[in-house]
Amino acid sequence: MTVALFVPCYIDQFFPQVAVATLELLESLGLDVVFPDGQTCCGQPMANTGCNSDTAPVARRFVELFTGYDAVICPSGSCTAMVRHHYAEYFADDDPAFTSVRDRTFELCEYIHDVHGGRIPDVCFPHRVSVHQSCHGLRELGLGSQSERMVQRPDKVAAVLNQVQGIELMPLTRVDECCGFGGTFAVNEADVSAAMGRDRIADHSGSGSEVIVSADMSCLMHLQGILRRQQNRLQVMHVSEVLVGRELETAPLAAAQRS
Amino acid sequence: MKLPIVDHPTAAKPFVTNEDRSHWHDDALWFVRVKRDRQASSVPEWEYLRERASAIKTHTIANLGDYLEQFERNATARGATVHWAADAEEHNAIVLKILRQHGTQRIVKSKSMLTEECGLNPYLENNGIEVVDTDLGERIVQLREETPSHIVLPAIHIKKEEVGQTFHTHLGTDAGASDPQYLTEAARNHLRNKFLAGEVGITGVNFGIAETGGFVVCTNEGNADLGVSLPKVHIACMGIEKMIPSLADLSVFTRLLARSATGQPVTTYTSHFHGPKDDNSELHIVLVDNGRTRLRGNDTFRPAMHCIRCGACMNTCPVYRRSGGHSYRATVPGPIGSVLSPSRDAKSYKSLPYACSLCGSCSDVCPVKIPLHHQLLAWRGELVGNGLLPLSKRVAMKTASFLFQRPGLYRTAGSMGRTALRVLPHFVTHNRFNTWTKARELPKPPRESFRQWYIANRGNPQRRDSVNGNATTHANTRSNGDAS
Repeated sequence: MTVALFVPCYIDQFFPQVAVATLELLESLGLDVVFPDGQTCCGQPMANTGCNSDTAPVARRFVELFTGYDAVICPSGSCTAMVRHHYAEYFADDDPAFTSVRDRTFELCEYIHDVHGGRIPDVCFPHRVSVHQSCHGLRELGLGSQSERMVQRPDKVAAVLNQVQGIELMPLTRVDECCGFGGTFAVNEADVSAAMGRDRIADHSGSGSEVIVSADMSCLMHLQGILRRQQNRLQVMHVSEVLVGRELETAPLAAAQRS
Repeated sequence: MKLPIVDHPTAAKPFVTNEDRSHWHDDALWFVRVKRDRQASSVPEWEYLRERASAIKTHTIANLGDYLEQFERNATARGATVHWAADAEEHNAIVLKILRQHGTQRIVKSKSMLTEECGLNPYLENNGIEVVDTDLGERIVQLREETPSHIVLPAIHIKKEEVGQTFHTHLGTDAGASDPQYLTEAARNHLRNKFLAGEVGITGVNFGIAETGGFVVCTNEGNADLGVSLPKVHIACMGIEKMIPSLADLSVFTRLLARSATGQPVTTYTSHFHGPKDDNSELHIVLVDNGRTRLRGNDTFRPAMHCIRCGACMNTCPVYRRSGGHSYRATVPGPIGSVLSPSRDAKSYKSLPYACSLCGSCSDVCPVKIPLHHQLLAWRGELVGNGLLPLSKRVAMKTASFLFQRPGLYRTAGSMGRTALRVLPHFVTHNRFNTWTKARELPKPPRESFRQWYIANRGNPQRRDSVNGNATTHANTRSNGDAS
């Protein structure tokens, strides 16, 4: 299996450790992992603003770059959902390059669960963890059961996390409420976005969790920004970092400089 | 009429930044959403019912003209008078004309979002007619000279202490009293007198049944029944999208409506009206278009006509719960309102499709399966197409697109941005012009991007020499000569 690693733009620039963990995890599964050069972004920021003509060339570049692999794997539910559910607008229905890339693009946990048989190498993470279900991973990709719908689905993120030794998944009051990131929403509706984020954090804190874990780093970027502003000791980690046994950062937070 | 431009973030600010109030409002509505979940999970065929309801609506709207005419024939045969109103003005004029014919001075009105949409209350009051809203929540809102903030729970934004003050002022309840039972009792006695004095009863319509020419009104307080029992004249105001083909179809919707709206198995009263109640009475049905036909003509937004006004999308919407219904400045707020309002006036309501994090919860609770969050996303595309996105955002997205098409430039920009964040003092990067940092810290910028790490630890990434060519791994030096 030759798989291509798709590293979303914000992970490439701000969270390279998440891409490194994803790469190491995929290699440990025995996969031949290729990192295609020239990749930038899936186009979601422009698409979610409604700028479809600005999205089209970015989407076309993506398909050109990622065509011809057995699978394209991405450590982000949101970017995966963009390719799978929102690219159709920019391609002919029967464009073979598009349909093949669309059908072969997977979110990391989804790939492990659906394609790779679900097992991960032995790893230990002896901490209390609360899982943040990203909206796009949950409601667009169907990575788990949604509280709104009366349909039972396997929880693919929890299924891989539950194999980690020593991990304890803490229950939340609102299991799948939005964290308020929402891409450009975080800036357009800054007050509402921050209020939503603070409420999510309160739920995670109240669960006794030491670290919020998610398959979407974009949600975590927003939550981490609020946590640091609050000087809150609760940490965030991408699911890939937990699955390769990265240490939880437990050093006391340096007080944020007051501007 | 020129509508003012609504800026949702500005309109929401006072509500959402009042943390106590915003949390109280959020909890109240979340409680309703949890009740809804419990009810939905008690119906094994819940998802089938949603599918069925959606299919019935799709079919009805596709054949709307035929069903409306069938409804008119059957309603007329039962002795009702059917009126057709192209818009709000015509609806109001028709109602006033009926009232004038009977020399009416005061009317009692049970809850109707359509009459809110048409601005019937102020119109009748300006014409010297006393209007009493008989739904408790509507009455509270009316006494406070406000508008409903929610289509099912009109006074959800008002705390019981505030209701106590309002009733003390208007109904003479004890100062400082806020016991819901005491206040409800006071409202009952007050409304009882109004019911007795009402000369004409006005109601909305939840479902019009083409097959029978009858219609159904769902309430929890029985106020629709009370309001039309004494007067000789009943006027029912109905949006044309409320039509369903048959009584058999009705059962699908009555199983979904109350469960979705308030988490009850069924509304306390599901009242059927088939013709005037006796030979000395009149029943008037006003069918209202007011932009619905235009919506029906739009392939993208037509499913919004499925809406049965249950309010579930508002209860579940994390933005609505924290910003309050009035922040939408529209008769119908929340997700469905953010789809419907721009279809009335795109320029005025251009900020509403962006008052959404695209979480998708609304689409999944909707009992008639309106793909609400995809419609909100589609609206954004329409707004951009009509030049209604602010220039700053247009430029930002054009710039982003330009960079993302040029990997070398993207890497240089990323590297410069990270360096700037690293070397500049905190107060420079976290200034008041940076909206992100109003409530959040920026991510700590790493020294190297993932690509740089990859080159240092794994060698050069795989390059594609041509669009359809084979991927080849170059073992030579870095491409493009950029060092990022």
